[in-house]
Amino acid sequence: MSVQTHQRPKTQPESQHHRTPQIPPAQPQPPLAKRTSSSLIAHQKPAWVWAVAAACSMAVSLLLNSLVFGSLSWIGLGALASGLYVVSMYVITRVVEGRLEAADEFWRHLIWTAFFIALLPLVSVLWSVLSKGLPTLISHPALLVTDMHSVVGATDIATQDAGASLQGGILHGLVGTVLITVLASAISIPVGLLAAIYLTEYGKKNAFSRSIRFFVDVMTGIPSIVAGLFAFAGLTALTELVVGSSPQALQGVKTGAAAAIALSVLMIPVVVRSTEEMLQIVSNELREASYALGVRKWRTIIKVVLPTAMSGIASGITLAIARVTGETAPILVTAGYAAATNWNPFSEWMTALPVFIYRQLTNPTAPAASDPSTARAWAGALVLIVIVMGLNLGARAIAKHFAAKTAS
Amino acid sequence: MAKRIQTISLDCYYGGFQAVKDVNIEIQPCSVTAFIGPSGCGKTTFLRTLNRMHEVTPGARVEGQILLNDEDINAAHVDPVRVRSTVGMVFQRPNPFPTMSIRENVLAGYRLNGIRLNRSEAEHILERSLTGANLWSEVKDRLDRPGGGLSGGQQQRLCIARTIAVEPDVILMDEPASALDPISTLAIEDLIHELKDNYTVVIVTHNMQQAARVADKTAFFNLEAIGEPGQLVEYDDTAAIFNNPANEQTEAYISGRFG
Amino acid sequence: MTTTPDQKTGNTGRLGDRIFFGLSWAGGATILAVLAFVAAFLVIQSLPAIMPETFGIGAQETSSFWSYVWPLTVGTVIASVIALTLATPVAIGVALFISHYVPRRFATSIGYLIDLLAAIPSVVYGAWGMLVLAPAMVPIYRWLHENLGFIPLFAADPTVTTTGRTILTSGVVLAVMVLPIITALCREIFLQVPKLHEEAALGLGATRWEMIKMTVFPFARAGIISSIMLALGRALGETMAVTMVLSAGGFSWSLVTSGANATIPSEIALNFPEAFGQRQAELIAAGLMLFIITLIVNVIARYIVNTHAKKAEGLS
Repeated sequence: MSVQTHQRPKTQPESQHHRTPQIPPAQPQPPLAKRTSSSLIAHQKPAWVWAVAAACSMAVSLLLNSLVFGSLSWIGLGALASGLYVVSMYVITRVVEGRLEAADEFWRHLIWTAFFIALLPLVSVLWSVLSKGLPTLISHPALLVTDMHSVVGATDIATQDAGASLQGGILHGLVGTVLITVLASAISIPVGLLAAIYLTEYGKKNAFSRSIRFFVDVMTGIPSIVAGLFAFAGLTALTELVVGSSPQALQGVKTGAAAAIALSVLMIPVVVRSTEEMLQIVSNELREASYALGVRKWRTIIKVVLPTAMSGIASGITLAIARVTGETAPILVTAGYAAATNWNPFSEWMTALPVFIYRQLTNPTAPAASDPSTARAWAGALVLIVIVMGLNLGARAIAKHFAAKTAS
Repeated sequence: MAKRIQTISLDCYYGGFQAVKDVNIEIQPCSVTAFIGPSGCGKTTFLRTLNRMHEVTPGARVEGQILLNDEDINAAHVDPVRVRSTVGMVFQRPNPFPTMSIRENVLAGYRLNGIRLNRSEAEHILERSLTGANLWSEVKDRLDRPGGGLSGGQQQRLCIARTIAVEPDVILMDEPASALDPISTLAIEDLIHELKDNYTVVIVTHNMQQAARVADKTAFFNLEAIGEPGQLVEYDDTAAIFNNPANEQTEAYISGRFG
Repeated sequence: MTTTPDQKTGNTGRLGDRIFFGLSWAGGATILAVLAFVAAFLVIQSLPAIMPETFGIGAQETSSFWSYVWPLTVGTVIASVIALTLATPVAIGVALFISHYVPRRFATSIGYLIDLLAAIPSVVYGAWGMLVLAPAMVPIYRWLHENLGFIPLFAADPTVTTTGRTILTSGVVLAVMVLPIITALCREIFLQVPKLHEEAALGLGATRWEMIKMTVFPFARAGIISSIMLALGRALGETMAVTMVLSAGGFSWSLVTSGANATIPSEIALNFPEAFGQRQAELIAAGLMLFIITLIVNVIARYIVNTHAKKAEGLS
């Protein structure tokens, strides 16, 4: 097998199937001159081995399934077959080619497997949301423009048991998400941009900017629910100071604006980080060119530095918005939960779309008939994913579009 | 209106490190002066102090006096921005603003400062500056295309046009042709010849032939050893420096024995 | 001269510079102020729970808070450890796949595919874990219990789950959520491995895997560790996936039982909306605890990154 490989099948067709016994593997190698034409491919297993191994692995796992395990799902079957395949390929390579080659092949298989394992949840999540959310959304498009104001347990029981049409919708969640996100962006973008400008254009490496960088790092690691508690505790303390600690006053702490502040705590560090990175890319030559024309620093920053870095900054900000749009926990503890659409983020409780999904799944409108709630939740999840993915794709498109423009 | 530059015992520092020591020089208006010398001798540092561009580098400072027609540019209440609009600068690598068109690049000195120009004024400045930079005929049909689309030599002339658009009195050039091919270099050198009719031109160059071709006077900078500050060794008419240098170091340098 | 110097530089002059400097300084200061103020508020609000003798609203003892918070802390750590144990090998494998195995022209799009995992909102993961993954895990848990039941981790305490809503399922969901974090960071580092080192290894006749062992891992070790630490910080603080998947309860060693274990974030999310007074203080104090733990983890991660960055600078 070491010399006569599949590379010369026509002259020695038998060699593929019958290991030629003339040269046992343990024997010393034949002199190089005798095998010059094939020395580079000697000790390689034939190219068809993988197909045989794959087929055998599949057959064996099917056999095992019927004999030992009974009933494995197709995922379990796939896992078993791939395991057998990787092991058998290792053994074959080890015998035919050697230890190092076998290890190389083994790890290559494992790394490919890792990739497919990582794809599995992605496909499963996207498929679940699509298959469960899309039918509801198509059959009940009114979901997008109704809220839960008039939906009570009896409504859902009627839907589930008597086959009445699905009532209610996600409008209040959409409105809440948009208002809270816009407000959070209105706080975070100016603060984040200005702080990043300070860091790159003024502070450089002084103590003040070093501490800002440190605390931005700290903020990046804040768990989202703690950000919610941050905002809630801060606003509660403020309310106690200003309004007093009556239960009515403390009730008023939970608003869309409080949620926006909580989200800002999560958003500001992302904006600062990405903007700072983009501003640092702008070459100093451009700044100097501007100064040399007698342009002031602030005008240089606004009219030369920022426009040059604009695409990166815009795409970073879009990603930051995408991140906070999908947040649930901080809004859950700061904005309360409302069934009706609330257009005013500064008073009364407000529902965001992620919180709506969470509530519908964990506390269905009708505990005894949870199917309508689940259907609404999946529809909401689909809308949420579309929004968040849209923002992500938008960020990439912005980066690409502007990059092409400035490069030309 | 070209202006005269004079420095009196000028020292430049980066933090604790002294980069240039005790430079006394007088640069005449409407002339081209070349600074030559080996790498690290402080000629670029010195050039950047002449329009206070060194202040952009954190920790950089100067001692001594720099007089522009007898006015000290480092005096207490002088605004560095005002100095820079009087003393323009062209850099080693062409650096047109990538987000701007050719037209916007030329008018950048006005636009960036928020000065509104009416249409005829803008067109006048555009044509005058681009003609002055020997670029008008090459770009007049594509003024709205990005400045980054030009060749390296054209970009550098665009940067010169941008500098002369704001009508400075002095133009400093930091190795303006070192990143360019020979033909573009020739175009820049021709341009420098024409610029001296209206401006005081100071050029830093590594290329001695270039200094010999374009400069009326040449200043040779050198440093005694690595880590020591650079000094002005000899300053004279270009012909004298290259044919009959007074100083041994100058002679050694121009004859190619070091540097 | 068609313009005077005054016109050239604009009359807004130095004032504009000062205003703009002030604004950007204020932007930076806002960050510090917000963080300082709110951290202070958080401590103040949690004092009634941490030191009830001094600040308490009801009659309670100090020890009660600690006995309340430690099972939650342990639960949080268990869920995160499960997540990292599962996610790390796969994530590093995927990062290697993108950086060294897949053809260059596909690498970017595959990287983007994995980044999509990070873009999915946590509530969607929660819904998926609760309604799709948990039921699918039930047979596995039953099998684990039947075959490995002698290990306390897979003991029935008191029964094996029938819903799949256990801390192990939460751990799996968390693993999916932190996987893209580790992958993205490791991928960046793997791509930074000097091409010369890699080619030197290949030139010596090394196989691809040997080359990775010889050049990529030593170069990337610090980066891998810090990416795992950052992912740990994320897993510790992740709320919704655990809240929705886990059927919470008291501490238990068993990973296959519903109604056992809880994590700090899920405890807060479940109870905070209805809490007030002493209970609210208790939950805020638990949040403070979580914050301190994640802060320590993140600081360690940053420290590793920074020392490694300095070392790399010294090398080049």
